[in-house]
Amino acid sequence: MAELTSLRRAVEELVHDGDFVALEGFTHLIPFAAGHELIRQGRRSLALVRMTPDLIYDQMIGAGCARRLMFSWGGNPGVGSLHRLRDAVENGWPQPLELEEHGHGDLSNAYVAGAAHLPFAVLRAYAGSDLPRFNDRIRFVECPFTGERLAAVPAVRPDVAIIHAQKADRKGNVLLWGILGVQKEAVLAARRAIVTVEEIVDDLRAWPNACILPSWTVTAVCCVPGGAHPSYAHGYYERDNRFYCLWDSISRERDSFQQWVKHHILETEDFEEFRRVLHEDLAKEAR
Amino acid sequence: MSAAPPFTAQEMMTVEAARLLRNDDVCFVGIGLPSAAANLARLTHAPNVVLIYESGPIGAKPDVLPLSIGDGSLAETADTVVSTAEIFRYWLQGGRVTVGFLGAAQIDRYANINTTVIGDYAHPKTRLPGAGGAPEIAACAERVILVLRQTARAFVERLDFITSVGHLDGGDARKRLGLPGKGPVAVVTDLCRMAPDPVTKEMIVTHLHPGVTADKVSAATGWKVRFAGSVEEALPPSAVELHTLRDLQRRTAVAHGLPAKSE
Repeated sequence: MAELTSLRRAVEELVHDGDFVALEGFTHLIPFAAGHELIRQGRRSLALVRMTPDLIYDQMIGAGCARRLMFSWGGNPGVGSLHRLRDAVENGWPQPLELEEHGHGDLSNAYVAGAAHLPFAVLRAYAGSDLPRFNDRIRFVECPFTGERLAAVPAVRPDVAIIHAQKADRKGNVLLWGILGVQKEAVLAARRAIVTVEEIVDDLRAWPNACILPSWTVTAVCCVPGGAHPSYAHGYYERDNRFYCLWDSISRERDSFQQWVKHHILETEDFEEFRRVLHEDLAKEAR
Repeated sequence: MSAAPPFTAQEMMTVEAARLLRNDDVCFVGIGLPSAAANLARLTHAPNVVLIYESGPIGAKPDVLPLSIGDGSLAETADTVVSTAEIFRYWLQGGRVTVGFLGAAQIDRYANINTTVIGDYAHPKTRLPGAGGAPEIAACAERVILVLRQTARAFVERLDFITSVGHLDGGDARKRLGLPGKGPVAVVTDLCRMAPDPVTKEMIVTHLHPGVTADKVSAATGWKVRFAGSVEEALPPSAVELHTLRDLQRRTAVAHGLPAKSE
């Protein structure tokens, strides 16, 4: 059964230095509050996996949390580069970052294989691509029935998966909807799972085929309203496209990035205070 | 110099790319230029085209262009939304996608795509975003259409990295690799349209955009680009195409609270 607890306690107890960690959410429901808490608690040497590193991993990489990144598309969607990711790869700042890169079809199905407790996923891709030449975890197998040559990638089985969802009930059953990405697969593939939610309700009122993670598949549920900002939570708030654009200038230089992290994350108590500080920024700017 | 045409090169590119989509296509849409072109097609000559985005929406009909590949408007207007693994497994690999609409950072003469690195992989000069869904789309979609701006830095003699395969080294390379789809059937740029030579599969210029010269295309291509025996001039955007595109972009800019872009 999931424990209803604070995000601070969940991260303290369930995420350790050196862990293999997935924070998932495909553009939608990205668990930013949890990413900030990892930075705030100074987690180090994490091996991160995420299909689209997005701003959340740009922040964690720049803050020195990560030694390794497994991913399939690393840009700022609709805006451009992730400058902190690039600085780590191109200049080893603040520390070198080992990369393992895949394609979306490959990585999403590696999560499926993880959830299914199979050793690998198979797919029809990569013949002729250079990716298998630089990533020896993309290999080829022969179909035992037809002889067809297929790509194979090892299952992803993180120590911890962290996702954000719309709702949980008081028992810790979790409901999410809209763009689902690979969140369900990530939770079922992981040894431990933390879910932050917009709200905790008496009754989920979910239809029979809704995407539900039963309480007993989740380790901790934490109520963090707004916890996916600047991404969005369908039915609650929209994507803050302005912040995604703003991040380009905040993150471009090391100094401005470090100041931002210090002021907004390291010197705030929790996500609620972070949101207050961010709001003050915008008010100042508007004046 | 004649008077400037009443449309931009960028608009011409988007319109020309949109024209290549058919009303009965099931289109796997990349973000950015491909998404603009695919939605323009849907709003003009191809109202029944099915747009699939890699985040999970099938049959998306967004009123404004998404800024990211997983905007809420895609989910709200879709016929259904499935998980990302399912999109790739059942719908793309399952053989239901007739056209993959992709952008690229760099391509070569066989329309192979680099979106990974410029320079050495271990010590790149420029780290690009990476593969996304393109390797699987380029492998499995029945046909592939590429849309990107044409410069000598983007159209290169030799790619530093082949992320997603076009026609590899030409001829029957795709067949030998066992790739199910036909591969790139067109490259649409802000200057011209290219199609593969039927035998060698090298991309050949078949259409020039209005007012663009062959010399200009050659100068913007890093390999010695070849032209079809009779190169046609593409039709300029019609009033309806141009009006629909500009209206879409205006709505998009307003919705995202961003300055209007001519894309």
